[in-house]
Amino acid sequence: MNRCGCGVDGLLPHVLEDNIQIAFDATSAYVHAENSRKLNELGVMMIDLTPAAIGPLCVPPVNLKAHAEKVEMNVNMISCAGQATIPIVFAVSRIQPVGYGEIVASLASKSIGPGTRANLDEFTYTTSNAIEVVGGARKGKALAIINPAEPPMMMRNTISCLTDDEPDQAKITESVLEMIKEVQKYVPGYRLVNGPLFDGKRVTVFMEVAGLGDYLPKYAGNLDIMTAAATRTAEMFAQEIIAGTIQLKSPEVA
Amino acid sequence: MSAEQSLKGRKIIIHDMSLRDGMHAKREQMSIEQMVTIARALDEACVPMIQVTHGAGMGGNSLQHGFAPHSNEEYISAVASKMKQAKISVLLIPGLGTMKELKSAYDCGARSVHVATHCTEADTSPQHIAFARKLGMDTTGFLMMAHLNTPEDLAQQGKLMESYGAQTVYITDSAGYMLPADVKARVAALRAVLKPETEIGFHGHHNMGMGIANSIAAIEEGASRIDASVAGLGAGAGNTPLEVFAAVCERMGIETGCDLFKLMDMAEDIIVPMMDHMVRVDRSSLTLGFAGVYSTFLLHAKRAAERFGVPSRDILVELGRKKMIGGQEDMIVDTAMTMAKERGLLKDAAA
Repeated sequence: MNRCGCGVDGLLPHVLEDNIQIAFDATSAYVHAENSRKLNELGVMMIDLTPAAIGPLCVPPVNLKAHAEKVEMNVNMISCAGQATIPIVFAVSRIQPVGYGEIVASLASKSIGPGTRANLDEFTYTTSNAIEVVGGARKGKALAIINPAEPPMMMRNTISCLTDDEPDQAKITESVLEMIKEVQKYVPGYRLVNGPLFDGKRVTVFMEVAGLGDYLPKYAGNLDIMTAAATRTAEMFAQEIIAGTIQLKSPEVA
Repeated sequence: MSAEQSLKGRKIIIHDMSLRDGMHAKREQMSIEQMVTIARALDEACVPMIQVTHGAGMGGNSLQHGFAPHSNEEYISAVASKMKQAKISVLLIPGLGTMKELKSAYDCGARSVHVATHCTEADTSPQHIAFARKLGMDTTGFLMMAHLNTPEDLAQQGKLMESYGAQTVYITDSAGYMLPADVKARVAALRAVLKPETEIGFHGHHNMGMGIANSIAAIEEGASRIDASVAGLGAGAGNTPLEVFAAVCERMGIETGCDLFKLMDMAEDIIVPMMDHMVRVDRSSLTLGFAGVYSTFLLHAKRAAERFGVPSRDILVELGRKKMIGGQEDMIVDTAMTMAKERGLLKDAAA
């Protein structure tokens, strides 16, 4: 891995030399578009971990395969709360129509950096939109709470969906449990705490995300789920490239 | 010198909360007609500021916090157009409400805002405070659950809000946990670091019966803005009861500019008859104050208790132990379900 403190321009000379085909950008929404343009020009596929979202939104168990098949050259990973909750919204909406999806993400204060803190509205807008576009709810709403408790709390996410008709309890429960297994393939600490709880047309699922505890503390499950989803995305593209089923757009075509 | 003498002639601004915190006590179900009736009576009684929104403020309409029958915009427009002197304010909690919603509240006539964060998370408010100032609103930084931070660290959080542009910094006793000495220490610490022109406010809850004593203690240390609700209509055991507070101020020579008898009349004739339950210190609300739990959790905990068969006091104490803060209402049902499972009252879906 090459590291430098000089931004994307420091990376460009290594692209051809090291045959870099996939890059991650965790800088900021403001500089992402330019970074992406420069790397795409060299035929590098871009995984966007900023809130810029210039490419399609990606939640691996929901739509990663479709993005890989279309050979998208830039995909956006939404937000940590998006990665933790949208699979569940989708697990309900694939069974029956969801008019409204609402998620509440509780995060340990120590795991939230200055960028997110100073731009909470962007987090709200990006995640709410993704609940609709990827999760399949006609209307989405995202709430974030930053909790300073010591010792720090694990990331908690509560997902609520309002179904148009009476929810099919058995089918939805099965679909949610199946989806949790899919996410656990790349985020082992993704765990159902309570639910699905049925209340008229409301379906509520209470989740916890524990981090791996390798590079970051366990309470930073929000950071782990974001990087794990990005890694899962890169792996899928890499597998397809190696298998020859997809080919990234060459510099000439771009 | 006695407190009465030292406070004689002090001017303070009373900020009514019955149409915002009071929404919690009404499970967010106040009608536009009720809001307008109450706001008109407050305006007549010369209360200078009235907060009007969903109990959780901008963006509050949600499964998490309940849906009010009308949008914030509808409530604010209806009330603001009827005011002769009172200024209308709103509540904005970053992470729930956004700047888009603040702009729309401003367009409906709101001219003041409480930008609220948990008492240690002031740095989630810079864009909202700056935007409120840009709109020309009277802008307050509102530090919730203030008992959970030390006076010194709370003062630093207030200093941050001041640096973003807040003209007033509030110490918010969301759990109704504080005693007068706790309030005094915090106001004094803020006064020591804030600019002289930055005002200090206190927002109390009456869960330990200390709403008025705490507000007076705040004024003694230099606070000049006090939140209160007529007949205490607010979350938990309610806010500092406004008419009682006004009476105490009058006896002490603190100038509020409010008409005490009109306030007494509206408490008795308008507010109390519309209460769904008597807002008072009872077993559950006292538990909130005693354990330091967010007042809004009260009715949610009572509902969860009915549904899952775990007493609400047990749920509230557990929420306090887990250090849950305002906004985590989803964790009330979650905690009740986990406790019900432990007590053999509920089965696991995954099992």
